[in-house]
Amino acid sequence: MNASEITKKYYRADKLPHIWCPGCGHGTLLNTVVRAIDKLGLNKDDVCIVSGIGCSSRASGYLDFNTLHTTHGRALAFATGIKHANPKLHVIVITGDGDASAIGGNHLIHAARRNIDITTICFNNNIYGMTGGQYSPTTPIGDFATTAPYGNIDKPFDLCNLAQGAGASYVGRGTAYHAQLMQKLIENGIQNKGFSFVEGLSLCPTYYGRKNKKGSAVKMHTFLKDHCVDKKIVDKKPEMAENKIIIGELYNNQKPEYTDNYKVIIDKFHNY
Amino acid sequence: MSNKEYKLLQGNEACVEGAIAAGMRFFAGYPITPSTEIAELSAQKLPKYGGKFIQMEDELSSMAAIIGASLTGIKSMTATSGPGFSLMQENLGYACITEVPCVVANVQRGGPSTGLPTSPAQGDVMQAKWGTHGDHPVIALTPNSVQETYEITITAFNLAEKYRTPVILLMDETVGHMREKLILKDPSEIKVINRKKPTCKPEDYVAYRADEDLIPPMASFGEGYRYHVTGLTHDETGFPTNNNEISGKLIERLNNKVEKNIGEMSYYEEYELEDAEIVIVAFGGVSRSAKSAIDEMRRNGKKVGLFRPITIWPILEKQINKISEKSKEIYVAEMNLGQYFLEVDRIAGKKCPVNKICKVTGELITPNEIINAIYGGK
Repeated sequence: MNASEITKKYYRADKLPHIWCPGCGHGTLLNTVVRAIDKLGLNKDDVCIVSGIGCSSRASGYLDFNTLHTTHGRALAFATGIKHANPKLHVIVITGDGDASAIGGNHLIHAARRNIDITTICFNNNIYGMTGGQYSPTTPIGDFATTAPYGNIDKPFDLCNLAQGAGASYVGRGTAYHAQLMQKLIENGIQNKGFSFVEGLSLCPTYYGRKNKKGSAVKMHTFLKDHCVDKKIVDKKPEMAENKIIIGELYNNQKPEYTDNYKVIIDKFHNY
Repeated sequence: MSNKEYKLLQGNEACVEGAIAAGMRFFAGYPITPSTEIAELSAQKLPKYGGKFIQMEDELSSMAAIIGASLTGIKSMTATSGPGFSLMQENLGYACITEVPCVVANVQRGGPSTGLPTSPAQGDVMQAKWGTHGDHPVIALTPNSVQETYEITITAFNLAEKYRTPVILLMDETVGHMREKLILKDPSEIKVINRKKPTCKPEDYVAYRADEDLIPPMASFGEGYRYHVTGLTHDETGFPTNNNEISGKLIERLNNKVEKNIGEMSYYEEYELEDAEIVIVAFGGVSRSAKSAIDEMRRNGKKVGLFRPITIWPILEKQINKISEKSKEIYVAEMNLGQYFLEVDRIAGKKCPVNKICKVTGELITPNEIINAIYGGK
C-alpha cells in the first residue's frame, strides 16, 4: 500500500495536519504503527488505540480505529480495563517517555507484570515537549532542559530493561530513523500473546534539540543512524556495543497471559 | 409467584448483590478498609456470572480500568474509601466529561488522610460533589440499611446508564459493616436500565451528538462504530476543540443532564414529618439514631420529624425548601463538621434557624446526643 492509500484507509484525514513540530520523529513512528497494523491485516473495528497525555498521545486522534485519549500516565490502566473486559480487541497503547515512565511508571510495571496482551509503543523523545521542554525520566545526565538549566542530575531509565524486568514477554527498540525495523518490532509485539513493549526513539528538535545544541532534525536523525547498533550484531560482536544504543528485538519469551488465565477461572466457575 | 430469598448480610455484601442484579460484570479495585468486602465478594462472584474482576495497582488505575471496561459495553464499578476516593477524583472527572457510565462506592471512614480507617464518618459529602476539578455533574446516593444498600446500588447503575455519568454510592462504615436481613428480589421484579445505543449506521454516528434528552447514544468499542474519546473539551464529534462557545455548551449540557432531570433522581424518606415543628435532617447511619431520637421525643410530646436525603447530590433543594416553610427549626446531624449543613443552611437558613449536630470522633452520633442537642437548645 502506498502512502496515500495508507493515509486514506487508516487516518482520519480531516484531523490532519497533526500538531507535531517540523522535524519531530513522532509522525514517522506513528506511520510504523499504522503500517504494522496494515501488514497484519487487522480489522479496524477490532483495534483499540489508547493514549495518555503529551505529544505522543495526540496520535490516537489521527487514527481511524476505536480511539481513547485518556489522562496523563493512565493509558495502560484504561487499556487493562478494555482488554480484560473484551479480550477479542487488539489493544495498542501509544505513550511517551514522561507519560509511560514518570506519572505512569507504576501502571507500566504492573501491566508488564500481569503480562496482559497489550502492545505498548513508547515514543521516547527524552523531553516533555507539550509543556515546553522539561526533563523527563529518559533525559540523559548532563543534558539541559527548562527545568534542568544547570544540567540534568537525574539518572535516566532504560525503558526496555524496565519493561523486561517487570515481566513483559516481548521487548524491542526501534527509532524514527530505523522505520522498517520499528514496524517489524510492532508487528511482532502485536502478534505476541502477552505484554509487549516497543520503544521508539524519537527526536524533538524544537525543545530537546535546541536546549542541547543538537542541530537540525536531519542532524538528529543522523545521530540515530550513527549511534544505534542491532542486538543481533552485538550478540556476535559484543565490542560493537560500546557507546552505542542497542536496538532490535531485545527480549522474546512466551509466558502465560492474564486474560487467558482469567478465562480458565471463568470456564471453571461460570454457572449462572 | 416470586421467589424471595432471604440472607443475613452486611451492607458491603448487599452492595455486591445489588450490583450483580443490576448487571455489573466488571469490577476493578484496590483493597481499602472499610470497603474491601465489596472487592472480595466481587472477586468471588463475578466469574460465576461470566464477569471479570481485577485487583489493580492503585485507585487511580482502578477508576481508569472501569471506564475502559464500560467503553466496551460492560457495566462496571469500583469501591473504595476516603484516601482511595481522593485518588479516583482524576478519572472521575474523565468519566464525567467523556460520559462513561460507571459506579463508585465510597464507604466513608474518618479523615483527612489515613485518618480513622476502621471508624465511620461522613466527611466526603463535599468531596463527592467537588472532588474532581471543574464544573461537572454528580449523582451521589446514600443508603441507611442493608436492604436499601442493595436496592440503591441497582438504582445507581440505572442512573449511571441512563444519564451516562458516574454515580457515587456514598456509604459510611456503619452501613457498610452492619448486618441485617436482606430480601433479594426476584430478577423479574428488578427494573434494569441499559444505556441508550446508536440505531444509525456506523458512518452516520456522531459520538457526542445529544438527543433531545441531552444524552448521546453510546456505542461500545468493537461494535463497528469507530469513534474518539478524549478528556479534552470536545465538540459533538468527540474531537478536541478550542472553540469557546462549543466548550461552554458542552459543560452546560453535562450539568444539565443532571440538573434538568433532578426529579428523576430525587430519593428521600420522610418520617413523622407531617406535623413536625422540629425537623432533623440526617442520612446514612446517623439517620437511624435520628429515628430513635424522634421516637423518644415523640413519646414526650415533642413534635419532631426526620427528613432523610437518599440522594445527596444533586441537592434536594425543592424538598429542603418545603421543610423550611413548615418547620420552626432544623437540625442537621452528620458525622463531619457540617458539610451537608452548609447546603441546608443555604436553602433553608433565611426561613428558619438551621443548627448542626456534628461529631468527628469516629463514632456514630447517638440518639441521646441528638435529643440533648435539641433539648439543650431550649
